[in-house]
Amino acid sequence: MITLLDLLSIGAIGAGTFFFFAGTVGLLRFPDSLTRLHALTKADNLGLGLVVLGLIPHAESALAAFKLIVIWALVLLSGASAAQLIGRALRRDRK
Amino acid sequence: MSALPYIDVGLALLVVAVGIWTVAARDLFAAVIGYVAYGLLLAFVWIRLYAPDVALTEAAVGGGVTGVLLITAGKRLGAVKNVAPEAQPGLPLRLLAGILAVLVASALGAAILTLPDPPPSLAPEAALAADGAGAGLGNPITAVLMSYRSFDTMLEKIVLILAVVGVWSVGADEAWGGAPAPLRQSRPYAPMVFLAQMLAPVGVLVGIHIFWTGANAPGGAFQGGALLAAMWMVTMMARLTEPPRIDARWLRLALVAGPAVFLVIGLAGAVIAGSFFAYPHSLAKPIILFIEAFMLVSIAAALPMLVAGPPSGRSDQ
Repeated sequence: MITLLDLLSIGAIGAGTFFFFAGTVGLLRFPDSLTRLHALTKADNLGLGLVVLGLIPHAESALAAFKLIVIWALVLLSGASAAQLIGRALRRDRK
Repeated sequence: MSALPYIDVGLALLVVAVGIWTVAARDLFAAVIGYVAYGLLLAFVWIRLYAPDVALTEAAVGGGVTGVLLITAGKRLGAVKNVAPEAQPGLPLRLLAGILAVLVASALGAAILTLPDPPPSLAPEAALAADGAGAGLGNPITAVLMSYRSFDTMLEKIVLILAVVGVWSVGADEAWGGAPAPLRQSRPYAPMVFLAQMLAPVGVLVGIHIFWTGANAPGGAFQGGALLAAMWMVTMMARLTEPPRIDARWLRLALVAGPAVFLVIGLAGAVIAGSFFAYPHSLAKPIILFIEAFMLVSIAAALPMLVAGPPSGRSDQ
């Protein structure tokens, strides 16, 4: 029996997987480091967010759901910061 | 039909592939990144082997701390490289090294393939022993670490201190007692400062939680301590804090606190409970948590000191 929540999960995790796939393709195919960085961080942040969104209805407790969101927030924070740091290192090398 | 066996095989192949790539990579930085990825993949392997405690350690130490250590070492090597001309070892030497590596690998492989079935294991004995003195603990891994093989666990922490002493003793004579060079020479960069300010409070909280929960669930002093150490390193990289002088009293106390408390309680056990490192049964859990709290401090102090390197004497003024 598939409920509405299950459909939401399938849709969100499917969309999240698509963003991971698109990010991976970008990482492999884009021409230089800055564009590859763009593909990786944008797609991973959104992809993981959608996967987390899809998993929340199936979390065992409210605390578990909160932990999922915290994991996403931490990945957002570290991913965005690391992208900035790598980007600056690239610009410094180019000068 | 489950997909898990296929994922396991894929994971195993990936670990081997990343391992080969790490060895084969010519660029130092690329090899270090490969090694970090290898450590994180190994953490997944341990999860699949139902060993979350080992997985946490592998992710924190193998993936995180060792990666920072190797990157820092690589940077210092890069500064030295211009001095020494790169000498390629001769063909005979390379052949010899290759043959030696093949011999060691095949001996290891042969040993694993000829294991009796079931393989000899100390696990049942250890679980039984842990049932004794560490019975109050819900996590058998912590019980084994702190009760069955407590002496080994203490010696591991002493090895960490010896490593720090070794790093410190590389410094110049006139720098002795001073502070190691800052982890970043340049002006701090805003996103790095932001990351450290946001991440450090969360990381410290999670680190202490992992230590505290280690008595009943996967976790423990080493995993928690490695996380605390990582947070200290992040704040040092953002120049929010500077490495401390190595003759600071609090630093020395923090380094020896874990093994010292462990040893004192172990000796007390010889008097009170009848044997070295034995705990009175009713007090086993509080005693183990007490020791682990000090070990947490020692690990959180020792790992960043390894990364910070020898005292430089430049930041003395």
